[in-house]
Amino acid sequence: MNAEVAIEARDVTKRFPGVVANRDVNISIRAGTVHALVGENGAGKSTLMKILYGVQKQDEGTLSVNGREVSFGSPTDAIADGIGMVFQHFMLADNLTVAENVVLGSEKLHGIGDDAHAEIKRISDAYGFGLDPDALVERLGVGERQRVEILKVLYRGAQIIILDEPTAVLVPQEVDALFDNLRELKAEGHTILFISHKLDEVLAVADDITVMRRGTTVGETTPADTTKRQLAELMVGSELPSPQSEHTTVTDEVQLEVEDLTLHDERGRALLTDIDLTIHRGEVLGIAGVEGNGQAELVETIMGLRKPSTGRVVLRGKDMSSWSTRERRDAGIGYIPEDRQRHGLLLDAPLWENRILGHQTREPSVKGILINRAGARADTERIVDAYDVRTPSIDTLSAALSGGNQQKLVVGREMSGEPVLLIAAHPTRGVDIGAQAAIWDHIRDARREGLAVLLISADLDELIGLSDRIEVILRGCLVGGFDPQSVTPQDLGSAMTGGGEEAAS
Amino acid sequence: MSLRTPERSGQGSAARALNILPLWLLIVVGALLAVSAVRVLTGTPEMNSRGTLSAAILATCPILMAAIGGLWSERAGVVNIGLEGQMILGTWGAAYFTYYYGPWVGILGAALLGAVGGALHALATVTFGVDHIVSGVAVNIIGLGGAKFLASAYFENLDGGGANQLTGLDSPTRFTVPGVSDVASDIAARGWFVISDLAAVVAALTTNMSLMTIAVFALVAATAWVLWKTPFGLRLRSCGENPQAAESLGVNVIRYKWIAVVTSGAFAGIGGGFLALVASSGFVNGQTGGRGFIGLAAMIFGNWRPGGILTGAFLFGYTDSLPLVQNSEQTVHALLLLLAAGLIGLALWNLRKGLKVSAAVLGAAGAGFLLLFLVTDRVPRDFTSMTPYVATLLVLAFASQRLRMPAADGQIYRKGSAG
Amino acid sequence: MSIVNRVATALIAPLVAVVAAMVITSVVITVVGDSALEFWQIVLSAPADRAYVNIVNQATMIFLSALAAAIGFRMNLFNIGVEGQYTIAAYSAALFAGAAFLPGLLNVAVALLLAMAVGAFWAGIAGVLRVTRGVSEVISTIMLNAIGLTLVGYLLNTYGQQTGNARRTPVIEVESRLPGWTPFLERDGAVFNLVILAVLAGVGYSLLLNRTRFGFDLRATGFSESAATASGVNVRKMVVISMLLSGAIAGLVWMPALFGQAHSFGTSFQVGLGFIGIAVALLGRNRPLGIMFGALLFAFLNEQSNRLTLETDISQDIVQITQGVIVLAIVVAYEVVRRYRVAAERRNVSSRPEGDAKTPEESVPV
Repeated sequence: MNAEVAIEARDVTKRFPGVVANRDVNISIRAGTVHALVGENGAGKSTLMKILYGVQKQDEGTLSVNGREVSFGSPTDAIADGIGMVFQHFMLADNLTVAENVVLGSEKLHGIGDDAHAEIKRISDAYGFGLDPDALVERLGVGERQRVEILKVLYRGAQIIILDEPTAVLVPQEVDALFDNLRELKAEGHTILFISHKLDEVLAVADDITVMRRGTTVGETTPADTTKRQLAELMVGSELPSPQSEHTTVTDEVQLEVEDLTLHDERGRALLTDIDLTIHRGEVLGIAGVEGNGQAELVETIMGLRKPSTGRVVLRGKDMSSWSTRERRDAGIGYIPEDRQRHGLLLDAPLWENRILGHQTREPSVKGILINRAGARADTERIVDAYDVRTPSIDTLSAALSGGNQQKLVVGREMSGEPVLLIAAHPTRGVDIGAQAAIWDHIRDARREGLAVLLISADLDELIGLSDRIEVILRGCLVGGFDPQSVTPQDLGSAMTGGGEEAAS
Repeated sequence: MSLRTPERSGQGSAARALNILPLWLLIVVGALLAVSAVRVLTGTPEMNSRGTLSAAILATCPILMAAIGGLWSERAGVVNIGLEGQMILGTWGAAYFTYYYGPWVGILGAALLGAVGGALHALATVTFGVDHIVSGVAVNIIGLGGAKFLASAYFENLDGGGANQLTGLDSPTRFTVPGVSDVASDIAARGWFVISDLAAVVAALTTNMSLMTIAVFALVAATAWVLWKTPFGLRLRSCGENPQAAESLGVNVIRYKWIAVVTSGAFAGIGGGFLALVASSGFVNGQTGGRGFIGLAAMIFGNWRPGGILTGAFLFGYTDSLPLVQNSEQTVHALLLLLAAGLIGLALWNLRKGLKVSAAVLGAAGAGFLLLFLVTDRVPRDFTSMTPYVATLLVLAFASQRLRMPAADGQIYRKGSAG
Repeated sequence: MSIVNRVATALIAPLVAVVAAMVITSVVITVVGDSALEFWQIVLSAPADRAYVNIVNQATMIFLSALAAAIGFRMNLFNIGVEGQYTIAAYSAALFAGAAFLPGLLNVAVALLLAMAVGAFWAGIAGVLRVTRGVSEVISTIMLNAIGLTLVGYLLNTYGQQTGNARRTPVIEVESRLPGWTPFLERDGAVFNLVILAVLAGVGYSLLLNRTRFGFDLRATGFSESAATASGVNVRKMVVISMLLSGAIAGLVWMPALFGQAHSFGTSFQVGLGFIGIAVALLGRNRPLGIMFGALLFAFLNEQSNRLTLETDISQDIVQITQGVIVLAIVVAYEVVRRYRVAAERRNVSSRPEGDAKTPEESVPV
């Protein structure tokens, strides 16, 4: 481990309209190390990273690479200085091949023909990626796509590799594989900057750790000198919430029953196979699984957005299978969608109109066939108050709100009108810790009153903390049930990847 | 592991050969046979005589240029329905510049005027982020009004000109390949099954062929090469597939979109120029008649690929040239039979693939056209002029679902949205 | 944002657009060698009495056409087929009314309904093609325009009555004609009675979209199809119903002129109203008030430009350029204003001081 500094940022500040994303950020990354940058959502990690990669330019402060001060006007400059970035949301064109994706923007390096193909094969073989240059990216799985992203930066001769939340879509076992790759890269002399909020992983693989909170760097340490709890407290600024256990509110009354649900896509592939589940009044059923294993399809089928090939969905004894989405909502199902901007909000409409969305047939938004403006507005004020939605008025366009506040609005709306069943897909995604806890409280309160909840989440702490029961979904099938009181993340991770055939039930 | 049984290996060499040949070749051969058969059965030699095919090629080129123009734009992610307006501007540009400087400068002038139309569209959509369709509509209005106004301002006092037209212009040279042309024409006129049909194609390609037509096809080939075989093309296409990814790799997405849309307008303009100089005798108000839109349809039909676009443009161009063909009412009538045969063929194929609903709909449509063919003996002249539009609708209705457009087509792009 | 602020931002875009169009028009006229000053003197002069009547009549029809297009636009459906729809509807209504199966005003009422039905049907084809086969309504409506126009041409040529060189449908009886209002002298013309249709349609449109559940569903689909679907809207049904409504209103476009002036479908039929309507819908941002002003503006420009051919060398078509540039400039301006508004609101949102927070971000109930 040499003491040379690969990247250094001094007193970097970056402002956007209405928010200071980075304030006096100081970070020093030693060459040939794996350096972790931790912080929760909204801490400013993304912005700093974009500055390091040249996507944004800082307003104040300096950047230096290998001791030389630099100023990046665009990613091209950063790439020229040997910095490569692997984004959390993959930047890949589905309709193009692996080679076309890799070569794009750097066609001068090896052309776009045979030489390029050969070079790609060479890198892929050297690190064991197993990628075929002519494969259409559309056909690749999540892990392979990530490797394409890493290959992209290596192809450009990156010495410094920035990884943004690389494990967000991977399970513990795949994460280990990734970390092996990273250790190999480090051994070849590369420097890795690794952004994450998953502290277990950070402690496992990093040489150095920098913590950010609310736009600024608040601490620097190494795994040897710290614990997970200390890191978490640095990130949050105070004590962490721990999973609550209280006396059970689960009753015997069955609220939702799903029987033999099977779903195929247009090409005949099975997306869901023989799903059976039951949720009782006062019960939270958590579904754990790697993204893309059928959770979204399950939710959409229950909501009536997709038509199953076989099976039934029964709500309080009534078979809903032939009902439309509207009818299901009218029966009292609340739906917090996974992607609030695409499925939960009308971005160009004011908050009070968004209150009506999804509830266009019920009080207080509606009177007969007419919209009840006064009613909707009054209720919007109530939600803004009860769920602490930060907004100057209910006439503000929902696009103007931050992600967390948008989510709070959606949650507040869906929990209004006394739903009998709440389908919550990643309900606290993008929400800061304080609001997250508040939402959990609202859900617990409602559960006490008899609400049944189907909870989909990638946050294992959330699943364990809120659920009365956990089921794991894998490739469209439910493969095992767990008791949140006794399960560990390792057990879950194992079941989520199919590793534990003998998973406890 | 069971060995292949004798019955199975006796599948028939014909059937096995069918599995080896590429699909497109099979379709071409099948189409040739079908067309020839229908021609002989119904006794309508004008269906694919040399004259008809020549006219069809002339009608195809403007549509083809519009379609390729659309391709350039949409491959970069910008929907351009302003092709019609850009084409109209091209007709004016061609007329004006040809009058003073000759036909080849005329075509350049057409491209220039079309590019101006493209630039307006680019300004609105790429720079200001306006909805692509809305901007296209506005460009069409401006193009239409612009050409009319400029025509009445500049053409009224010219030779062969008037407030609404400018005719009698020089056209690009035409040539005829000696020997080949005569022999082919001769064979074509004999009416022999399949051989005459092939000969007619050869004859049409070698008789009175405009150099401009060659240029058009060269442009298509050039487009295919540039977009798929060069770094420039890769970058341009990436802007239409995932502009954020392209931006993250240092591609100047805004610049490529601009280039693509302006080029798109230029191509539409060239299409207009061809229309005025080669396919017609000059500029006439309203001569584009919706061909810009038909070009768009050809692009969709061609699944955003040059090969498919060629096919689609020819299909629409052929139907576009029908009203001018001698004996058009009988010919279109005969085409009903061909259409019915085609639909029923498609229906059977769909049935084989297990798509029952599709097969039923196609079969019903095929039966309907067959009935129409049997019950009537001619299609009224007014209806023949409708054929390209009806053809467009039918094709889109039956083929829309299997198409794949560039992933980010129509998306409003803003810089800095990467990451 | 305060009311004053809101009104100001709402007006800036149209103002900038009109100014830009005026500048560009003047430039084009000058480049071609004519006098821009002359142009504006004529166009901006006070209209004659006769012109006022024409302007109101024209604006009515343009308004209806724009409304038809606007219903689609609010749902992100581009009904470019208004031209074909109103042509077929006008022919059908004229044919029916001319046949005089029914007497007097009943004839008129039923003919109007027929026009709406035919227009709806023609537009419905595009709607159905879109939901069942995924065909873009932009192209299908354009194709249907051409098909519709050709069809009507054929029917008129084959079955129409001959008068001199032209053909037309049977003339409507006197009892089924609407005399209109004559505000000035008899020779200055009459304002069509069916101007009322425009008013009713405008009010109906506004109520429907802003006050009813259906209207909410429609607008929600226009904002975000995915969010609307998740909220229970049956988008396919909405698309078809929208196209039907759009076509129905389109059917009414030429009715005022039919019953107030032309009394038959023939050479007196006015083409092009469909396309002007689309432009005006964009201009008015798909809102009745904006459309009304846009319709009046365009009608005014068209009417005044008639004098250009009589008094100058400038071709009337320049006005089309003006109109086209207005549309382009205004949509650009609207987009710029919209982005500005969102950015301003974002700034507004984040500038609220921390002290207002009920639950401070940091503290966490344990």
